[in-house]
Amino acid sequence: MPAGHPKLRFVDVEVTFGATRALRGITLDVHPNEIFGIIGPARSGKSTLLKVINRTIEFIPEARVRGTVQIDGEDVYAMRSVYQLRRRVGMVFPLPVGLPLTIYDNVAFAPRAAGIRDRAELDRRVESCLRQAALWDEVKDRLHHLGTRLSGGQQQRLTIARALSHEPEILCLDEFSIAVDPVTTMRIESVLRELRAHMTIILVTNLVQQARRLADRTAFLMDGSLIQVDATEVIFSDDPGNRLTYEYVNGSFG
Amino acid sequence: MFAETAQGRRNRLIEGLAKTVFLLMALLMVVPLLLTVGFLVYKALPVLSLDFLLTNPTKGMRAGGIWAPFLGTVYLVAISLAIAAPIGVLAAVYLNEYARDTWFTRLINLAVVNLAGVPSIVHALFGLGAFVLFAGMGRSVLAASLTLAIMTLPVIIASTKEALGAVPMAFREACWNVGATRWQTIRQIVLPNSISGILTGIILQVSRAAGETAPIMFTGAVFYKAIPERDIFAYGLFDQCMALSMHLFTISTQVPNVPEAVAYGTAVVLLGTVLGVNALAIAIRYYLRSHQRW
Repeated sequence: MPAGHPKLRFVDVEVTFGATRALRGITLDVHPNEIFGIIGPARSGKSTLLKVINRTIEFIPEARVRGTVQIDGEDVYAMRSVYQLRRRVGMVFPLPVGLPLTIYDNVAFAPRAAGIRDRAELDRRVESCLRQAALWDEVKDRLHHLGTRLSGGQQQRLTIARALSHEPEILCLDEFSIAVDPVTTMRIESVLRELRAHMTIILVTNLVQQARRLADRTAFLMDGSLIQVDATEVIFSDDPGNRLTYEYVNGSFG
Repeated sequence: MFAETAQGRRNRLIEGLAKTVFLLMALLMVVPLLLTVGFLVYKALPVLSLDFLLTNPTKGMRAGGIWAPFLGTVYLVAISLAIAAPIGVLAAVYLNEYARDTWFTRLINLAVVNLAGVPSIVHALFGLGAFVLFAGMGRSVLAASLTLAIMTLPVIIASTKEALGAVPMAFREACWNVGATRWQTIRQIVLPNSISGILTGIILQVSRAAGETAPIMFTGAVFYKAIPERDIFAYGLFDQCMALSMHLFTISTQVPNVPEAVAYGTAVVLLGTVLGVNALAIAIRYYLRSHQRW
């Protein structure tokens, strides 16, 4: 257990959509600069948990959130500026979304929205984010072409670059590799290992082996409940200490 | 090789039949338009000239041109759209981008849909009561323009909402996720990608505003009023005016012994104005679509 305060803390977080309960009493800590894996079957609440962090859950009118979410000890749901909160959290979703702008403007969008106008600073950010997302070499000669014309794998890396462009402290990836070829997936995975030095990464994945490869610790969710959270070696060991975890990880579920 | 089965042959026949029927229906749309335009232009040929457009009607509207009604229509359409377009677009942006789904916004949407379906003669009576009498504008260009604005407003709101709604939700969510405000998202993503649809919706209302007779008949348009020729500022806001649609109605049904060609000429100018504006809409749409980014 690393010393110090958690980067992100969930205390008894409950989410309901009308009569459906999506999350039931989730309590867990995510440490600074770790890759935190979240695995679990479909509809287990993995994506909902991510949306709670940057309050995009509030776009779903019938969603109700109870409990506490803290970033660096600060209550997320008491923050004055939701826009500032969202800049502290980078989000990458399963399907890439290239905004209908040039590659450059896709990455410069968030810094500009945050008020940065200085051309040199924007240039620096665009280059560094595209490099971090392992896309720079492929697009550096056509930064002013449309981002929407890139291939699916390139667009997903563009989406990652955009998620990095507001220099987040926490990067959340929700099944980022679903629309990406295996080679690109491996490249992004190695990118994530490097990014860990600068930020905390939360990785939701349906590929349990991806969690095994990347995550320092892994949480297993089912039906909105946290079944187990432990070091990844323990979760994937022959005796994780929980029968459900063992069955899910080894594919003998149900 | 593969032999064609009976089912395959039937499918092929039905496919061919369906395609032919749809093609015929599409052609059927074009034929009346071409016939109408061709017939009108042919009948109007004796009077069509620039002078016809630029001189006032004379001899009890049996001779001369259509300058006063033409300029009146331009005034009415321009002023009504200058009022309805900004209000309509801003209201639609609110309804589509900001408003949550509550009973209140549902009520507004319901009102928009129903207002769009109100017959123009009802708008005319409303305009008479509200603008001419209650607001004390009298029968004037302003009162008639406002009445036309009320008539076109709900349709502009509806078409703008549709154009905004065609922008994929995923774009908005991507922007919100990086901390952009709604307005930043609207300014930089939503509006640039819906502007062609918005403009088309507005410009199509030009033809409606230009063509309606009922709403202006009680609120500002008159049978006859001579104005200075070759002066585009000939009407004031509180003047009464002539209008092409009303003029056409008058000379076709109210005034005896009007030469046929004058009536047809008026119709050609009205139709030409409307088709010209529609062509402009198509050109703008084409230009903006080619600059759209997805």
